[in-house]
Amino acid sequence: MEDLTSPKQEKENQEELGEARQSWEGKTAASPQYSEPESSEPLEMKQGPETGRQSRSSRPWSPQSRTRTPLGGPAGPETSSPAPHSPREPSSTPSPPAPPRQDLATPPQSDRTTSVIPEAGTPSPDPLEQSSDKRESIPLHTSQSERNTFQQSQQPKPHLCGPRDVSYNNAKQKELRFDVFQEADSNSDCDLQLPAPGGSEGAPSMLETAIQNAKAYLLKTSSKSGFNLYDHLSNMLTKILNERPENAVDIFENISQDVKMAHFRKKFDALHNENEMLPTYEIAEKQKALFLQGHLEGVDQELEDEIAENALPNVMESAFYFEQAGVGLGTDETYRIFLALKQLTDTHPIQRCRFWGKILGLEMNYIVAEVEFREGEDEEEVEEEDVAEERDNGESEADEDEEDELPKSFYKAPQAIPKEESRTGANKYVYFVCNEPGRPWVKLPPVIPAQIVIARKIKKFFTGRLDAPIISYPPFPGNESNYLRAQIARISAGTHVSPLGFYQFGEEEGEEEEEVEGGQNSFEENPDFEGIQVIDLVESLSNWVHHVQHILSQVRALQFSIYQGRCNWFNSIQKNEEEEEEGEEEDEEKEEPDYIEQEVGPPLLTPISEDLEIQNIPPWTTRLSSNLIPQYAIAVLQSNLWPGAYAFSNGKKFENFYIGWGHKYSPDNYTPPVPPPVYQEYPSGPEITEMDDPSVEEEQAFRAAQEAVLLAAENEESEEDEDEEDDYD
Amino acid sequence: MDADSLLLSLELVSGSGQGLSPDRRASLLTSLMLVKRDYRYDRVLFWGRILGLVADYYIAQGLSEDQLAPRKTLYRGAPLLSPQVQIKEETRLVSVIDQIDKAVAIIPRGALFKTPFGPTHVNRTFEGLSLSEAKKLSSYFHFREPVELKNKTLLEKADLDPSLDFMDSLEHDIPKGSWSIQMERGNALVVLRSLLWPGLTFYHAPRTKHYGYIYVGTGEKNMDLPFML
Repeated sequence: MEDLTSPKQEKENQEELGEARQSWEGKTAASPQYSEPESSEPLEMKQGPETGRQSRSSRPWSPQSRTRTPLGGPAGPETSSPAPHSPREPSSTPSPPAPPRQDLATPPQSDRTTSVIPEAGTPSPDPLEQSSDKRESIPLHTSQSERNTFQQSQQPKPHLCGPRDVSYNNAKQKELRFDVFQEADSNSDCDLQLPAPGGSEGAPSMLETAIQNAKAYLLKTSSKSGFNLYDHLSNMLTKILNERPENAVDIFENISQDVKMAHFRKKFDALHNENEMLPTYEIAEKQKALFLQGHLEGVDQELEDEIAENALPNVMESAFYFEQAGVGLGTDETYRIFLALKQLTDTHPIQRCRFWGKILGLEMNYIVAEVEFREGEDEEEVEEEDVAEERDNGESEADEDEEDELPKSFYKAPQAIPKEESRTGANKYVYFVCNEPGRPWVKLPPVIPAQIVIARKIKKFFTGRLDAPIISYPPFPGNESNYLRAQIARISAGTHVSPLGFYQFGEEEGEEEEEVEGGQNSFEENPDFEGIQVIDLVESLSNWVHHVQHILSQVRALQFSIYQGRCNWFNSIQKNEEEEEEGEEEDEEKEEPDYIEQEVGPPLLTPISEDLEIQNIPPWTTRLSSNLIPQYAIAVLQSNLWPGAYAFSNGKKFENFYIGWGHKYSPDNYTPPVPPPVYQEYPSGPEITEMDDPSVEEEQAFRAAQEAVLLAAENEESEEDEDEEDDYD
Repeated sequence: MDADSLLLSLELVSGSGQGLSPDRRASLLTSLMLVKRDYRYDRVLFWGRILGLVADYYIAQGLSEDQLAPRKTLYRGAPLLSPQVQIKEETRLVSVIDQIDKAVAIIPRGALFKTPFGPTHVNRTFEGLSLSEAKKLSSYFHFREPVELKNKTLLEKADLDPSLDFMDSLEHDIPKGSWSIQMERGNALVVLRSLLWPGLTFYHAPRTKHYGYIYVGTGEKNMDLPFML
């Protein structure tokens, strides 16, 4: 016939090598019931067909072979010359019959040879079948014989033209109308000049027509999708032959789907890829900048290095130790963070900096750096807070002046506890955050006690955007950056520990300051620290101390609970007394104790063995990093109160780290606080108290009383009149 | 995560912070191989690590050919002696793992496919989700027998492909927003974290075959989730 592309040729090839068609009745495309290729016939012939066979998930071949035996007979002579010698190269079979056949055979043959190698054939049961095998082998290996029909048809049909149905098998599954092919096969002979010895009847013209009909049908374009079956099948076969997946017949449907989808995808690819890959490139660019920054500073590098040595911590070393404990962000990520920290120290005047940890968020995460500025280099905006407070006071006074007649409310807002000075207490360090290394660092505002107090009462996930509002009850004064800062302060206060003796109190602090300070504030590294044995660190919690001041919790609860939320006691007693004098009401709400006991938190450098338990759960868990090699293990401390807080020490060095969602652990479920009771703002007196409406009896009694009075008055008048009249007489 | 690609998977999951120390990793690799051989599993997954007060449990799961069949779970760790508690720690461990699996074990769409005969298989033509698909919750399914599928309207069902869409998607999880989707490394990695069971991390590199999930946590459900969103 015509010269076709190789897939087509294969098909045609198989066509001519037609087969027992009746078998098709039972065939429903690809019935993978027979796991092992009983179609062993082709095996002997060439291993090539086996490849095909196996990939087709084995159709039952032996019955086919049986049916084909008679086929093989007549075909035998022509093909059998090479037949008995199965190992002979595949092409040998077709070669004798006809040159054109050979042409057709060649393309499949090449495939065959390649496929021979991967798979060893299954044993071929029947030598008799070999002849038919040969024939079938050619189409077999290429054909994805979905049609196991062979097995069903037991009637030998003298179809010499090889397993043509096989060809159709691999061609398509559902769409084909088997009967069409059956007919075609039965009628048509190996029209490709295959000498049909005996078995082939049917005039070539009928065969040709049938084939052309079949092909025309295959080429028919689908009205829905614009594809046609022929092209689709060719594409699929090409893809399969190119990729050579294992058990291709099992994933045949998926391959078909993929090929179809590929048609659609092509048009979009150009646009889509650009959009999708942009963020990847962006972040890569930013991180490239990180890597480059080192090279930019040439001259100043030495100077900077001196300072940088102090400022920049050895993040990689700490990361290594934490990795021993099973905690960490992965080497790549940590290195990028390292570079980002370096960038931070280069752009800001920083005395000391530390990688505090990572807080996970819903949309983005936060990488937190704890920073201590050099002396005098702070850029604090302390003014803003005070200004705001003054403004509020002014407004309330103005209101009172204008509306004199209204009852005066004696509600006085609880005095806002001022935040701690920078560099002290909770604001000892400044924190910078960024979403990803490479992005710019943002400084977090200092924390206000009120924020900490409220942060203790709410539990919210971080979204990853610093300006996101926090909607909660009690309402949080601030947005996500403030909440983040408050949580960081709490975590630091609760979980930053160091081995005993690493820090010691400074020597200047000799006074006892009971009135104001709860304890010493400052500490410094102990130069004589000799280290503690790792075993000791693991066994006893008293070898670790907190080196961050504890945040005071609430004062004795009053109606006016004054929550502290700062480390140094703020003495607000005087002002309260003043308010008392002003009020002079006798309502209970105004009662305040004359003296509020100062709450004293645990002093600095308290061993963590003093930490409170949470419902029988110890607050810390200690472990050795490795039980297999204890001599080089490090001590790892894991906080149960703040899940995600870790500390390690190898005796001399130590480091703290946090990775988590930023919430405290509580064995009880969270319950939002109840709103406070309604507050009595105004004195209740008759002028603002609502009176009840009089009831009917009362009204009637009242009216009766009034009438009585009137009557009495009239009577008097009438009496007087009468008296006057009498006088006249 | 698959035992075969353990190292790569751990690297990809490292963004959540909890990983494995080198000695654990080495010992896990070995023991997972042995488990696979001894129990003749088709695939062995390293499920994760449950942190305990004293020591941790390391959990592995074995899958047979049928991916949705009930899995065997193996654990290694020292059970706590808690005489006062009625339940054995082991039972509790198993139930926690089961709960977590039923609730939050996920798999990308297309990774498994169902044959007409019932068993589900690993889809070898799964090339990964595309980037736009990877950002949508609907492209991920719960790795368990479907519960919600029957409740879908017929109209929705018509759009589903029965060989691929035979599990519940994450879209309709209650409470809404209990999953956090993030892209890391630009768009090269998508990480899903469960907020209901904090510690469950699922990762997938779009356009590649790599995906997996791991749980590292205390095994406690986050009942405060509605307050926290």
